Amino acid sequence: MAEKVKKVKIPRHDMPCQDPQVRAHNFEEVALGYTQETAVEEAKRCLQCKDPKCREGCPVEVLIPEFIKKIAEEDFLEAGKILKVKNSLPAVCGRVCPQETQCEIKCILGKKGDPVAVGRLERFVADYDIKFGEPNFEKPAPTGKRVAIIGGGPSGLACAGDLAKAGHAVTIFEALHVAGGVLMYGIPQFRLPKEIVQTEITNLKKMGVEILTNQVVGKITSVDELMANGYDAVFIGTGAGLPYFMDIPGENLNGVYSANEFLTRTNLMKGYKFPDYVTPVKVGKSVAVLGAGNVAMDSARTALRLGAENVYVIYRRSRKEMPAREEELEHAEEEGIQFRLLTNPVSIEGDERGWVKSMTCLRYELGEPDASGRRAPIAIPGSEYVIPMDTVVVAIGQGPNPLVTTSTPGLDLNKRGNIVADEDTLATSKPGVFAGGDIVTGAATVILAMGAGKKAAAAIDQYLLGK
Amino acid sequence: MYRVVKKRLLAPVIALLEVRAPNVAAKVEPGQFVIVRVDEFGERIPLTVMDFDREKGTITIVVQDVGYSSALICAMNEGDEFQDFVGPLGVATEIENYGTVVCVGGGLGNAPIYPIARALKAAGNHVITVIGSRTADLLILEEELNDVSNELVIATNDGSKGVTGFVTDGLAHVLSQRNDVKVIWAIGPMVMMRAVVEYTRPLGIKTIVSMNPIMVDGTGMCGACRISVGNETKFACVDGPEFDGHLVDFDLAMKRLAFYKDEENRAKARLECDHEGGQH
Repeated sequence: MAEKVKKVKIPRHDMPCQDPQVRAHNFEEVALGYTQETAVEEAKRCLQCKDPKCREGCPVEVLIPEFIKKIAEEDFLEAGKILKVKNSLPAVCGRVCPQETQCEIKCILGKKGDPVAVGRLERFVADYDIKFGEPNFEKPAPTGKRVAIIGGGPSGLACAGDLAKAGHAVTIFEALHVAGGVLMYGIPQFRLPKEIVQTEITNLKKMGVEILTNQVVGKITSVDELMANGYDAVFIGTGAGLPYFMDIPGENLNGVYSANEFLTRTNLMKGYKFPDYVTPVKVGKSVAVLGAGNVAMDSARTALRLGAENVYVIYRRSRKEMPAREEELEHAEEEGIQFRLLTNPVSIEGDERGWVKSMTCLRYELGEPDASGRRAPIAIPGSEYVIPMDTVVVAIGQGPNPLVTTSTPGLDLNKRGNIVADEDTLATSKPGVFAGGDIVTGAATVILAMGAGKKAAAAIDQYLLGK
Repeated sequence: MYRVVKKRLLAPVIALLEVRAPNVAAKVEPGQFVIVRVDEFGERIPLTVMDFDREKGTITIVVQDVGYSSALICAMNEGDEFQDFVGPLGVATEIENYGTVVCVGGGLGNAPIYPIARALKAAGNHVITVIGSRTADLLILEEELNDVSNELVIATNDGSKGVTGFVTDGLAHVLSQRNDVKVIWAIGPMVMMRAVVEYTRPLGIKTIVSMNPIMVDGTGMCGACRISVGNETKFACVDGPEFDGHLVDFDLAMKRLAFYKDEENRAKARLECDHEGGQH
């Protein structure tokens, strides 16, 4: 008991970060990661619960107390091995998972104080493992079964990892020139270094996963063709690759980007290194980001780093309703992003050359709670005002990309165009075809997509064994 | 990697490259495009396919040296390889037997119009092809287009070959002689396509254009290529690239094409600077 009381008294260790004033002008990673000493100290806070609730909160059921115990014992390599049992992309998850709503919210320590910093510890171990660990893959006996995975994003990579561990021959078909999906094109370098993503993908390749890039399924081949060409099962993890726009006047002016385009130019194409990398991206002086999710925060903070002087996040509800992670909101505020809340754009005005010149906004107030339980924003008549603007980034969400779904007869979709898949097995209406991630759920998080990929891998394994 | 197996200069700054990409060649149809990247620093450049050989597993593209990346592509030689070569992308041309059709190619547009004319002729159409360029030296693929057309009309701005004037003058010449033209395809620079569309609008002849806006991924993911068709926003990469020309907002499309003019000039200037410095 005395031991436990002592543990509760150790305060949670902050994540060391780059200074906000400095980092607002570079693309280096914001969070610097725990030192070994800090990691060990933080790990010692873990109560090692007999019935760990944190694991229940994790979509991929990482063996959390087990790996933390090894950190406390300073056996970092063993911690890494335990971490990788359930998670094939731990260095990614340690950086981008919303731990505060998953594992950490379940932590007993959180009831009276701050929960164990599971995410920071995960990142520490994963980074240590990348540096010092030896890839120790026991090649399983091949089953002789082949699985095609469409889309090399979080769900596809997670699915591929588990299927490879089970001995199946896995091929990922990736539409872009590099695998990683949103980890490469969407999440910025300063939050998730691309070198880390590629290291994790290289590890998958070492496990025997084949990755074919530049393969737009739906065009160069189809699900039916893959099945006819000897694949025993197919997993569709094509994500939410269709940007939504506001449908307001002026959205086709030069200077208006979808968040997907803005982030793809900057991250995937490395536009922030123009002209060394040839793909341009430009922001001008004033940038408005429409939306308040994680993608909106990524866009706003990217705009700042590309040299914008004023970056506004425009959102029609209040701070409390912003869907982005608290950590992202705080980082954005620290860096000087200006939140224009209870405000919504009405139109974007252009100059005679077709460039964004200004944006007209309308002010809102909060009314009674709506169907979502949040207080509904109500427009204040006559409150329009105009802000000079150079660039507008629309970050209000993405829908399912139809290239694969429309080229696959017999695949049931819902009315939004998402694939209908069984909740437990992620099996679709088409025999042998499974689907998971954003293409099923609509735009969500990296870890939920990974969880779906793992779930599908287990179901595919069962399906193949029964074949 | 995707190797250049044949290169031919069609004009001083226009190169034809036959590239090995068997899987793309197996599926591509007239009207579709590919996206290429020269090296790991490169942009993703959309190029409409000029020809394909399913047996040899090759795709032929035609590129004019107009900017940084196109200059790099034009400088590639046989044996060189593209870092990336993605396709086929976009919706294929709707080929059927319409009766009499006209294929209008302007400048570089002669390349993508070629497989369309060939397929239309194979489908039984009477194909009249109208091609043009500023001057005879820049006129490309005349022989090839002649082979796949029932009639070939040439227009050059300076009168060095065929009708003096624009392709619209060539088209006017055709339409003055026959009234059975069912569909017109027009591919070339935006100004040329707009001119053709404005010419055919009062005549009520269906006119299809192939849009070539700025793109990034080419799969509908980014929306860079959005254009307005009949007051509706469309993504040229997945909804097109072919559209009913009478519904396309060309003014908007041309403005959007100038989005990165400054950056293109900067990159191009650097390329020329490098050349002078003898680094390439």
